[in-house]
Amino acid sequence: MAVTAPHRFDELIKADRVHGSLYTDPEIYEQELERIWYRTWVYVGHVSEVPQPNDYVLKSIGPQQVIMTRDRDGEIHLLLNRCAHRANQVCDAPRGNSSAFRCPYHGWTFSNTGKLLGYPFNSGYGGTEAKKSLGLGRVARVGIYQGFVFGSFAEDGPTLLEHLGPAHEAFDRLVRLSPEGEVELTAGWIKHKVKANWKMLVENETDGYHPQFVHASIFSVAKSGIGDLYGEKSTAVSRDLGNGHTENDLRPEFRRVGQPMGWFGTTPDRLPDYVSRMRAAYGEKAEEIMIDGSPHVMVFPNLFIAEIQLFVIQPTAVDETVQHVTAAQFKGAPDLNRRMLHQTIGSVGPAGFLLADDSEMYERNWRGVQERNPEWLVLARGMHRERRDEDGLLVGDATDEVPQRAIWREWRRLMEAA
Amino acid sequence: MTAVDVDLLRAVEQFIFREARLQDEHAYEEWESLWTDDGVYWVPYGGDDPDPETSMSIIYDNRSRIGLRVKQFLTGKRHAQTPPSRIRHVVSNVEILDDDGDEVRAGANFIVTESRERGLVTWAGRSEYMLRRGDDGGFAMARKKVVLVNNDRELYTLAFLI
Repeated sequence: MAVTAPHRFDELIKADRVHGSLYTDPEIYEQELERIWYRTWVYVGHVSEVPQPNDYVLKSIGPQQVIMTRDRDGEIHLLLNRCAHRANQVCDAPRGNSSAFRCPYHGWTFSNTGKLLGYPFNSGYGGTEAKKSLGLGRVARVGIYQGFVFGSFAEDGPTLLEHLGPAHEAFDRLVRLSPEGEVELTAGWIKHKVKANWKMLVENETDGYHPQFVHASIFSVAKSGIGDLYGEKSTAVSRDLGNGHTENDLRPEFRRVGQPMGWFGTTPDRLPDYVSRMRAAYGEKAEEIMIDGSPHVMVFPNLFIAEIQLFVIQPTAVDETVQHVTAAQFKGAPDLNRRMLHQTIGSVGPAGFLLADDSEMYERNWRGVQERNPEWLVLARGMHRERRDEDGLLVGDATDEVPQRAIWREWRRLMEAA
Repeated sequence: MTAVDVDLLRAVEQFIFREARLQDEHAYEEWESLWTDDGVYWVPYGGDDPDPETSMSIIYDNRSRIGLRVKQFLTGKRHAQTPPSRIRHVVSNVEILDDDGDEVRAGANFIVTESRERGLVTWAGRSEYMLRRGDDGGFAMARKKVVLVNNDRELYTLAFLI
């Protein structure tokens, strides 16, 4: 296929810019599904969404519907919602508890491990022997890190930890904000749909250049200091974590101020229960944890850890993307959890003070990129001041496009891989 | 079946219709003045009656956040409403559900058509209002809950007042 030849992306991806057709070409979108979404590790769900044996929840990998189950032994499975007989959907509830899924069409029944348990009127198949080869489809590999469940349709490939690389620390930083070391995603996910290509969302998540412009309205009326974290004078950095994972690291700013819970815009006396539990759990280390706060990391291709929220990006068509969002909830932190939920509801989703405006930008971007020229999108910001940090990772200033260039490097690597 | 208090029903309807018109015409400050000091504006996600203290909502504004929402519109930089959506509410099936002398609880169904550059979007659902009688004999809105029929599915941006 000529379209997959490496030279094609030579012509469309330059060091400092990318071609508009990479967002708009339906053929490229179809290739992305095969080469990125149905191959690399994709975030699916969290173990706290299926806490009990036989719990299940409907999730997705791009346009594919995935049933995440916990079997009676506690193991997590990612199954496809398609009967092995004539392809009817076997699961229609968004969540539930059941050891088996019964297809409503002809009564075939599958266990929550995907195994075919039985079909009615055996004699039509000459007995039960055929059962062994007919189970639910499945996501080939399941990987779990700090309770976050990822799936890969590829039978072979890097392990989840190899894929995450240095980005695995984002999960460590997130869970240690719980006095019990666990995050729970139990507040439910809002599904926010936009008319835009999925990569416009991925690129925006760690774009430190936009907040002062897109979110000026809410920063000004809420007297929020968030905008300053992404200003010209900010000491925060943008970072390429490898494998397409990217970060806006705000810790330099939080450490400069040195106030525990400053990252959440508050002070320890406003969250006495949480702070005392943290000090009991982590001792002297608690102050550092509460100063550093929560990560702002985009895990390629679809999980955005946004301090107090988690976003999951789901492409459903070349021109349509669903962004799922929920509030992070820390085990053993009821007072902080209430405030994080309340703040999340205000900020995100279809009516959110922040996300409604981000979504407007995605859709304007989508309409803009249909224009015939200039054909390129410029991602050059901060190229002249890129540098390596002490871990050898590429960093730039807070507002630089280091993350966007990193995302395209991984995109190209996956699209050109054999 | 008890007889309908037609005068009360008319008064409630007029309040609800006026609120809808202020929303349609983006009369943000006038709309804000309809609220009591302890007003709560709730648009749940994922069903008719989830617990807003433990689960995500589309909007769950206390009175100060209602004020913040209005202030954000008034900056003129609320991009999701710049330009404002062209919208019209049709409100029907208005019923008085309860009346304890101080507050009237009313329900209504609605359809809102929204026009933006993306195209036309239809929003539909049911609203419940808690209307508090004031000293002047009029009502103020102590609570409005808006349950969209599709609030368990993918939704486009909903940045106007619903």
